[in-house]
Amino acid sequence: MKLKVNGTDHQIDVEDDMPLLWVLRDVLDIKGVKYGCGIAACGACTVHLNGDVVRSCQIAAADAVGFEITTIEGLGTPDAMHAVQSAWVDLQVAQCGYCQSGQMMQAAALLQAIPRPTDADIDDAMNGNLCRCGTYPRIRAAVKQAADTLAKG
Amino acid sequence: MSKLKKITRRSFMIGSGLVAGGVAFGAHKVATPHANPLLAELREGEAAFTPFIKITADAVTLITPHTDVGQGVQTAQALLIAEELDIDLDQVTLSFGAPDPAYYNTALADEAVPFQSADDSLAARSARGAAGAAFKLLGLMVTGGSSSVPDSYEKLRMAGAVARETLKKAAADQTGQPVSALQTKQGAVVLPDGTRIAYTDLAKAAADIAPVTEVSLRDPSEWKRLGKPVLRNDVVAKSTGTQRYTIDLELDGMLHASVRTNPKRGGSAAQYDTAAAEQMRGISAIVPVTNGIAVVADNTWRAIRAVNAIGCEWPDAPYPAEMADHWQAVSDSFTDDALDKEWRNDGDVNAALGTDAKGVQQIEAEYFAPYVAHQPLEPLCAVARTLETGIEIWTAHQMPRFLQQKVAAVVGCDADEVIFHQQMAGGSFGHRLEFDVVTQAAEIAVAMKGKPVKLTYSREEDFAQDYVRQISIGRAKGALKDGGVHAWQMDIASPSVTASQMTRLGQPAAGPDTQIAAGVWNMPYAVPHLSVRAYRTPELAPISSWRSVGASSAAFFAESFLDEMIHAAGADPVAERLRLIQSPIHRAVLKAVAEMSDWGAPLGPGQGRGVAFVESFGVPTAEVVQVRDTSRGIVIEKVWVAAEVGQVLDPINFENNVMGGVAWGLGHAMNCEITFTDGVADQRNFDMHDGMRMAQCPQIEVRGLTNGDKVRGIGEPPVPPAAPALANAIFAAKGQRVRRMPFWNDVDFA
Repeated sequence: MKLKVNGTDHQIDVEDDMPLLWVLRDVLDIKGVKYGCGIAACGACTVHLNGDVVRSCQIAAADAVGFEITTIEGLGTPDAMHAVQSAWVDLQVAQCGYCQSGQMMQAAALLQAIPRPTDADIDDAMNGNLCRCGTYPRIRAAVKQAADTLAKG
Repeated sequence: MSKLKKITRRSFMIGSGLVAGGVAFGAHKVATPHANPLLAELREGEAAFTPFIKITADAVTLITPHTDVGQGVQTAQALLIAEELDIDLDQVTLSFGAPDPAYYNTALADEAVPFQSADDSLAARSARGAAGAAFKLLGLMVTGGSSSVPDSYEKLRMAGAVARETLKKAAADQTGQPVSALQTKQGAVVLPDGTRIAYTDLAKAAADIAPVTEVSLRDPSEWKRLGKPVLRNDVVAKSTGTQRYTIDLELDGMLHASVRTNPKRGGSAAQYDTAAAEQMRGISAIVPVTNGIAVVADNTWRAIRAVNAIGCEWPDAPYPAEMADHWQAVSDSFTDDALDKEWRNDGDVNAALGTDAKGVQQIEAEYFAPYVAHQPLEPLCAVARTLETGIEIWTAHQMPRFLQQKVAAVVGCDADEVIFHQQMAGGSFGHRLEFDVVTQAAEIAVAMKGKPVKLTYSREEDFAQDYVRQISIGRAKGALKDGGVHAWQMDIASPSVTASQMTRLGQPAAGPDTQIAAGVWNMPYAVPHLSVRAYRTPELAPISSWRSVGASSAAFFAESFLDEMIHAAGADPVAERLRLIQSPIHRAVLKAVAEMSDWGAPLGPGQGRGVAFVESFGVPTAEVVQVRDTSRGIVIEKVWVAAEVGQVLDPINFENNVMGGVAWGLGHAMNCEITFTDGVADQRNFDMHDGMRMAQCPQIEVRGLTNGDKVRGIGEPPVPPAAPALANAIFAAKGQRVRRMPFWNDVDFA
């Protein structure tokens, strides 16, 4: 089957039901997407399919065919960061950092849908992304800072 | 500041002794530095003045041996060196270093002795000294007990100063300028005419001279880097998905493994039905490991899927199969025979509690703390590859030298033939003090004969094999008189977390366990009649250090009951605590949190506030929690935290650690427990044990106090006050006492 990830087409030979998470990580060596729970309970594997936010551990590889798949590597790079990533750096959100790819993918999708999120919007959108280190106060601040940056264009 | 100045005048022990090499035996050995592990790998023209700094013609490398589990301690260690070396973090390479006795941890010894942190008596100092000497003799290399900063604070700045002065001496020899005319700035020695000689260009000259070891440390008032906000070295990588953890490693020809071991912990291996697994795609081997079985495949998912397809009938665990029997065993431990230590016996508690004198009110209560799991978000994972002799291991671990011994025993090689590559950890909270994933990776690697293998636990396996936090019960009696706390008997029973861990390490755990009543036996309260007794329950499920260890349960009991006594006495929770505390440093912490929270200010409808004050790991920490009782349940609105740490090395990272500790303490107190049914943990993923999430997380306001003369670590101390402060706030808001964790058993949270 053929998957398009971060703008690049990949021809792969895997089971139809292999989760997209593991295709990305182990077959395509895209390691920014993380395994945390395998049951959509932590959000560490969050990616975008045609801009919609999904848990890649719950998407069968065959069901991702034909979609534009975006991972944290496609959101921005150290040399050209997305506004969300810049805010994450600026406010030093990460502690262990393992959940943060998923947090940023979720936050980017939130800001796409709601450019000026309230605290309640942030709670609703981000509640599925687990951070065991407890970086939530800084995530909340970084989402708002990124919203400001994006609003200024 | 007076005592801080004192240590700046102390001269540095590591240095020339190291380069001379060799160690004597006997008492002298304690005073002799371990050999510098960097010297062995040096080539011509490279210099390593201490075990922490290596300079070559190409690079300045700082060695940061304390494990970074997310607490940012790699940056903290690098800053300590850089402050004295005069170099920016973007000019250096950071390395975790190799396991070596030179990286022994002495600060941890402070926590291992039964003396209060404020106790500066001869007995306390000699006990700390003896424990420290023992740790040094053992070369005990440990990250834990919030000890990384205290352990590094003087050592690493001294390392930087020795290197700086040696580089200046080399530059002086080269240029004919007097050392006193030279300055150092941003990785270079600067001559009087402004000419810069980069440290890297001085590597060869510096390698040829004896290190300058008579150096002094700068006063904190002169600091250019420490004490100011700094960008962590890992923040860009962790904000762009480019940070690599163990689970992300790829080696040429690497295979992927997953494992299932007996979930009835300590139970033996099963009979396995592997027929279905053998037929699955991508499987290259099915390998028995200690108490379990592993599948080796060509990717992680295929390995996990196949290992889960193996039929297993697991033999029983050595502990009770059902949870009620665990609680019963703890409950049955409040006996003279099970007394581990009577920690406090101030005044005459029996007489004071026995009296029915007019005007004396008596109360009593019982509290419960369940097992909880560590579950950092990066699951346990290790990469292993056997060598002709020995083995290479890649993982994140808090005790690298014990890891070498454990792996050596599996492989049948010497410990120094275990080549360990430390990795950045995706969290730990104490989880990476244990060894199973590493020894299993070694077993699989031996079977795979030289092929590299990455072993990744499924989340379900990680939960099943977690060495959980101790289960504990607290029983308290109090007598109130004249509007205040008059007498208090605090009894605490739990299995010994220290004994459980030390047994697995093959180390003795003699004497009472300081952790059973941690945060309680060292309370700063001068109650007229006070008894604190710790009772030891025989080992049940195997347990391990969970962020803040004993104080996470014991201090919940004590600070909850103190609140009950204060309310029964009709006193104010902050004022009455202040009345009972003499130490000015401790009083300042409570006063700070009262001021920050405007304690006593009128609250809105449904609102309530609770306070708790706990000293753990030498850090007095006070927290005020404000909740609101709503139709949807309790909402935690805000938390204020004040903590005394001697010095704040990086205010941003300090705040991050405190916020994280509060979220950890609150989230688990509200939402988490591990229970056993038929000997197996019932909670096997984050849907049943998640801790804190965004919607429940309050605003958290943090203040670090620096009145003390000793620098302390902040990873764990914010945890213990969180649970009792929340319970006390819930009482204030709705008049309901919550005496068992997790609180959701008794209270709804929004």
